[in-house]
Amino acid sequence: MALKGNLRDFTITQLLNLINLARKTGTLIIEGPTETARVAFREGKLSYAQYGSEDTSLASILYRGRKISQGQYRILKERTSQMTDKELGLLLINAGYLTQEDILGSLQQYAIDVVRRLFTWVEGYFRFDGTDVFRQDGKIAVKVDLENLIIEGSRQLREWEQLQEEIPSLEMALKFTERPGTDLKKINLSIEEWRVVSYVNPKNTMSQIARTVKMNDLEIRRIVYSLLQAGLVEIVRPSGMPVAVPSKSFPTQNKEEQRSLVNRLIRRIRSI
Amino acid sequence: MQTVKMVVTGPFNSGKTEFIQSVSEINVVSTERKITSQAERVKDSTTVAMDFGRITVDQELVLYLFGTPGQKRFDFMWEILSEGMLGFIVMVDSTRPETFREARSILETFRAYAPTPYVVAANKQDLPDAWELEDIRLALRLSPDVKLLPCVATKKDPVKNVLLELLYSILAEMEAG
Repeated sequence: MALKGNLRDFTITQLLNLINLARKTGTLIIEGPTETARVAFREGKLSYAQYGSEDTSLASILYRGRKISQGQYRILKERTSQMTDKELGLLLINAGYLTQEDILGSLQQYAIDVVRRLFTWVEGYFRFDGTDVFRQDGKIAVKVDLENLIIEGSRQLREWEQLQEEIPSLEMALKFTERPGTDLKKINLSIEEWRVVSYVNPKNTMSQIARTVKMNDLEIRRIVYSLLQAGLVEIVRPSGMPVAVPSKSFPTQNKEEQRSLVNRLIRRIRSI
Repeated sequence: MQTVKMVVTGPFNSGKTEFIQSVSEINVVSTERKITSQAERVKDSTTVAMDFGRITVDQELVLYLFGTPGQKRFDFMWEILSEGMLGFIVMVDSTRPETFREARSILETFRAYAPTPYVVAANKQDLPDAWELEDIRLALRLSPDVKLLPCVATKKDPVKNVLLELLYSILAEMEAG
């Protein structure tokens, strides 16, 4: 039976668990809202991964993992573009530039990072292809045990559920809390937190901020939650959505009659 | 006959049913079921549909009070019940701080559903373990302009006060609008 479905019904963590227990070989292809990811497995171990259209050449991965400089990366891209990753890897090892551990370590880390990014996906169509689509491309396969990733994924899923409870809707806005004496400049925030803070304004909903700073639902909730916990911001209705009683809540559209109705309610409640 | 509605929401066992019962002229219509979940065994039965109470204002106007089911698994009903409401009340059990987080979540959910006035009622304020209002305000992260009112849902006067404060808020918004 084909292993396919939607992440809404079957999480990444559950998929990894299944692949691990069944010691599956093949490629998991996941089509998210904006990207498609491909993750290859051999006998239940993570062997390769690709996120969207990211460059997954060995040179690019080594550069991302800071094993080579930008200059070296450019040279490799120009001069070794016809080489497969295996050939390039052997070249670099034989030339003494890198060790086998450096190369495998970078590849492992990249594959793990791709899977970690997938933990934030809550929607997406997936299918498991019984073939390793990267094998014929001369890619270097690694062997990463899935157990730790699965534990990490479960932890993140719990975090996601908790964050959703704390911040159920991203259509609300943020404003700075009024705490006299608080100097934002003295507070240590990460770069991501500062990016969000720079857009805190009752006119901006959290979903708008997330789109602007290119964060997904989990990432923006995580940051907003930490700002809420620190008492720096509070959740408010967006300034374009003032508090009001919608007209359809009243049996009449006439403002005077609505006012009269509320006064009648007040008198009646007082008389109970 | 004109009808208006208000919604009473809040975590499980926060006192929603008792709140409505204190002022409703009819016995609160609710669907009760025996608790089967061990985790929820703080009482023997719980509302699985919704509470429904009525206050007849005069020959032409009736106020309906709808109580939402407290458990998370019935949250699909919240959006339906919140349609067309004048405002809502979030009940919080002052003696169970472990429910404050859920109360906060429910509050944020309802605020996102509808831009209507609301008040928060800190229930069971007559019990010795009840948290102080200002501590509840901090725990719920309520801004100073949100009304947080003491309540004892089994007594008529505090319940009336909560309803009146919500109505005053509704009136204030109408005047401001």
